[in-house]
Amino acid sequence: MEKIIDARKIREDFPILKVRPYGKSLIYFDNAATTQKPESVIKAIDDYYSGMNANVYRSAHYLSGVATNAYEEARNRVAKFINAGSENTIIFTRNATESINLVAYTWAMDNINEGDEIILTVAEHHSNILPWQMVADRKGAKLRYVYLNEDSRLDMASYKDMLNSRVKLVAVQHVSNVLGIINPVEEITEMAHKVGAKVLIDGAQSVPHMRVDVRKIGCDFFAFSGHKMMGPMGIGILYVKKELLNSVPPFLRGGEMIDEVYEDRATFAVPPLKFEAGTPNVEGAVGLSAAIEYIEGIGLDNIHSHEAELTQYALEKMREIDFVDIYGPRDMRDRGGVISFNVADIHPHDVSTILDQDGIAIRSGHHCALPLMRYLDVPATCRASFYIYNDMDEVDVFIDSLKNVRKWFKWS
Amino acid sequence: MELNQLYSEIILEHYQNSPNKKKMDDADIEEKGHNPLCGDTITIYLKMDGDIIKDASFTGQGCAISQASTSMLIDLVKGKKLDEAKKLIQEFTDMLYKRDVDLDDLGDAQALSGVADFPARVKCALLPWKTLEEVMEEKEEGK
Repeated sequence: MEKIIDARKIREDFPILKVRPYGKSLIYFDNAATTQKPESVIKAIDDYYSGMNANVYRSAHYLSGVATNAYEEARNRVAKFINAGSENTIIFTRNATESINLVAYTWAMDNINEGDEIILTVAEHHSNILPWQMVADRKGAKLRYVYLNEDSRLDMASYKDMLNSRVKLVAVQHVSNVLGIINPVEEITEMAHKVGAKVLIDGAQSVPHMRVDVRKIGCDFFAFSGHKMMGPMGIGILYVKKELLNSVPPFLRGGEMIDEVYEDRATFAVPPLKFEAGTPNVEGAVGLSAAIEYIEGIGLDNIHSHEAELTQYALEKMREIDFVDIYGPRDMRDRGGVISFNVADIHPHDVSTILDQDGIAIRSGHHCALPLMRYLDVPATCRASFYIYNDMDEVDVFIDSLKNVRKWFKWS
Repeated sequence: MELNQLYSEIILEHYQNSPNKKKMDDADIEEKGHNPLCGDTITIYLKMDGDIIKDASFTGQGCAISQASTSMLIDLVKGKKLDEAKKLIQEFTDMLYKRDVDLDDLGDAQALSGVADFPARVKCALLPWKTLEEVMEEKEEGK
């Protein structure tokens, strides 16, 4: 039986949503940038420092054991959350960007060579473009881009045509942070594997909002970050398929990641510790674990349908405003809770400043997706992105504010 | 600070109908300014007579604040010596950081003083002034 999310009730769990910008109720529609944190996450971090803090793995004393357990429990929870199988496949990083860079600097530098090809999509976030530009530059490999079809979805036919034995990696986002499209990552992975290419999925915009099963997807690498799923900033995840784990060389080198160290050489710890040099972000891992617990309490299917309902409602209302242009697919099929749009004759920054005065937080700019902006032929867009604490009443306030934007410019 | 001060008549006039917004084909100096975080772009064109800015214009794409600010800057520096323009840049920058400053020299650009209350927009207003400052630094380095 489907449970309906009561956003009003959920908002009570989030202390920050009581902030009143300019005396107005805060309407936080910038969830694709970062999400707010429930009390339970804030408390978990507080509890960690109040009762558990010590350096992990290193010492034989009581607190070190408690901290190490908390850190490993967090890893275990993440592994279950994305159905990774073994918790050894879960590497803690700073964020999704670092997760992708880890793969670029290690696996890719060893396995991508001159004349090889890397396939990306034009809608990728800069974090899934720049690391591959670096690899391509250094190794003499070629970047190839899949573009969109007329429905603003990935052009799978051209992707199919691009695949050949020179392709060593396909790096693609699960959900677009601009268009909200949900890419068919299972199909993409299966097709890539047929030509022997590895697949990296950027899941920063999917894991917080929908059920993700990395083994069902079958991808080789999967990256996401904690702060977009109500966890703290500074904690990210890289999943590496078990079969690949041992062949990926270490990334950063130093403490914690070693097996034996001599004056001139070292051997490394087994994964995942091999990839986690230095004192890790235990606070972040513990906070992320509490965030996952919170998400599981609500249920990802509920979250997904709540956002779909809100997005559909907002899209319908926005389409009624004739001076608003919406980017991305027109229908709700395989579409997440992200809406990019522009108001005719008004720059997104001005739109954002005007909505802000009504307490509405949206993003304006290029969303770290300049190739996509160029492809859409817009300098920037506004973006509203939803989460569990948003509701239709907030969408109504947003729509009213949006209708008024042009009046400030004396364009009615 | 209210929105109607941020988007005042004078700012909207400079944004929507600036006579300064045109390409200059015979410019001596062409300097591009770019705000990578928000995507605002401008190009400032200068026609020089020794140290004097004989004529100036701009082209660009961006928010009302960045484009109006550029138009106001062009108004102000036309006919001025580079040294005088440099002083204006300093005064404008001080105004946006709410430092104590005499606004009289800034002409229409005084209307942008309210931007200081919108921290996220300060960089929009400063873009053209920073761009002109770069022209001067390049000139000084070239000397």
